[in-house]
Amino acid sequence: MSPLVFTLRDAPLQRLDLAPLAPDRLVGLSESKIATIQLQTTRERVLAGDVFKIRTGEATQIRFEGGSERFDRIGAGMSQGEVIVDGAVGIQAGRLMQGGRLAIAGNAGPWAASGMTGGILAISGHAGDRLGGPLAGETVGMRGGVVIVRGNAGARAGDRMRRGVIIVEGKADSYVGSRMIAGTIIVGGRAGRLPGYLMNRGTIVTINGSDGLSPTFADSGVHELLATALMARYVETYSREVAATLRRPWRRLLGDMAVIGKGEIFYPSVAN
Amino acid sequence: MSQLTVNGIRVDDTFAEAFEMRATALTITAHNAAWARQAAATMTGFATSVIGCGCEAGIDRVLNPDETPDGRPGVRVLLFAVSTNELQKQVQARVGQCVLTSSGSACYAGLEAEERLKLGNAVRFFGDGWQISKRFGDKRYWRIPVMDGEFICDATTGLSRTAVGGGNIIVMGATNETTLAATELAVEAIAAVPNVIMPFPGGIARSGSKVGSKYKGVPASTNDAYCPTLRGASNSALDPDITSVLEIVIDGLTSDSVAAAMRAGVRAILALGPERGALRIGAGNYGGKLGSHHYHLKDLLP
Repeated sequence: MSPLVFTLRDAPLQRLDLAPLAPDRLVGLSESKIATIQLQTTRERVLAGDVFKIRTGEATQIRFEGGSERFDRIGAGMSQGEVIVDGAVGIQAGRLMQGGRLAIAGNAGPWAASGMTGGILAISGHAGDRLGGPLAGETVGMRGGVVIVRGNAGARAGDRMRRGVIIVEGKADSYVGSRMIAGTIIVGGRAGRLPGYLMNRGTIVTINGSDGLSPTFADSGVHELLATALMARYVETYSREVAATLRRPWRRLLGDMAVIGKGEIFYPSVAN
Repeated sequence: MSQLTVNGIRVDDTFAEAFEMRATALTITAHNAAWARQAAATMTGFATSVIGCGCEAGIDRVLNPDETPDGRPGVRVLLFAVSTNELQKQVQARVGQCVLTSSGSACYAGLEAEERLKLGNAVRFFGDGWQISKRFGDKRYWRIPVMDGEFICDATTGLSRTAVGGGNIIVMGATNETTLAATELAVEAIAAVPNVIMPFPGGIARSGSKVGSKYKGVPASTNDAYCPTLRGASNSALDPDITSVLEIVIDGLTSDSVAAAMRAGVRAILALGPERGALRIGAGNYGGKLGSHHYHLKDLLP
């Protein structure tokens, strides 16, 4: 079955809310109905048909040909199917995503995977700040699913994360895993300053160390643990490169002791 | 009792009567195959019969590293009990006392099923608050700190309500030596059948039992009809040429696996012949009224 294709006509003149173009909301709609869906974020009305040339297909397989940093909330709340974006996207990609797969070929803005509870979000470029993090006023960030970022992630990736796995193949900026409640974050490149800042529980793996550790983490020494072997097996599906580096002894840092200190950072065995 | 004769061995025209049981399977891994087997042997010790042990348990098969969740050598064990509550109790006690304590061990669900038994969820409290839950996809593990690192355990394991316990073969021979030779051969053949265990020592029971006793409160007692030394005094089921009887009890995750195991055992005994092995094969039942699974020996012949 061929996918439902949205081809970008011109660069959008305002930020667009693309949440209505998720598979859950398009199944059963005709091309003409889809064309009349409103996407504007200002008072100036913008319809899907104005922005995109629409080619009818299976609504559980959606493809966006062309991307824009003004494509906000793409795949938000989706629970099934697949959405593929050929370019960049704006803020909150995959926000509150429950299932299915969202693949972004370019960069994603801040709050990608915010509050996500299931499914897979794959970002081939870089991710903005607060990947998986909560919006203002929310107490919990990502709650499930898998996020894989092939490039770098901005600051506070995994902020207040509760469950799920975030894999960043590149670098992660400062405060990765800040205020983490649980879950797993793996940073293939180097992490910025203070990974795990105020984390309660959860696991952060900084494969290439960080720019500075908080003194509120306690060094429990170097260990070869089955937990990282199991983690490697799981991660292998998403990133062979990262999985291969997990199977070795790690320095285990316990913290953040400034809060309850039940979290852990796996750090290279020779500190760097 | 009417009999058939196959390869010079008399085969009773009877059947083994087996019962539905609750069962689960666990995968135990360790640094090496020897330690995986050690943990499995310890946890399946004292688990010959539900009558006195609470459960019946044994090693199903040895697992290669590529068959285990953590890529280490492993062993799959099966546990059977008469109720879900009893099975849960046995899993918790045996994993907690025998697997958790074994050097380098880890314990995973060995059976996938909708209904679940607590595994790590039951033993995690040993961690005294230091235990860590880790979820990867739909799998949840418990990491319990121990003195050689961490004990890793799946949170739950599958429960089967359609397992079968009590498949059996009664092997009768002229001497202890020939009877044991035939029975050992059958055990070896059955060991190759997946999803079954033979819970008695070495897979063999020398003390087959009947239900009840002349003594109050004793649930099972010696099967006097098959005790050669009581021939003449009891209502013996033995022919004059039989002086040794051994039994193989088989529990399986499915009725088909029990039938396959009995078939493998019977055929191995028959292939050995009467000179070096058994003179007669029988099976234990309760008249067919108690157990829902009947395995007729005549259906298992080559």
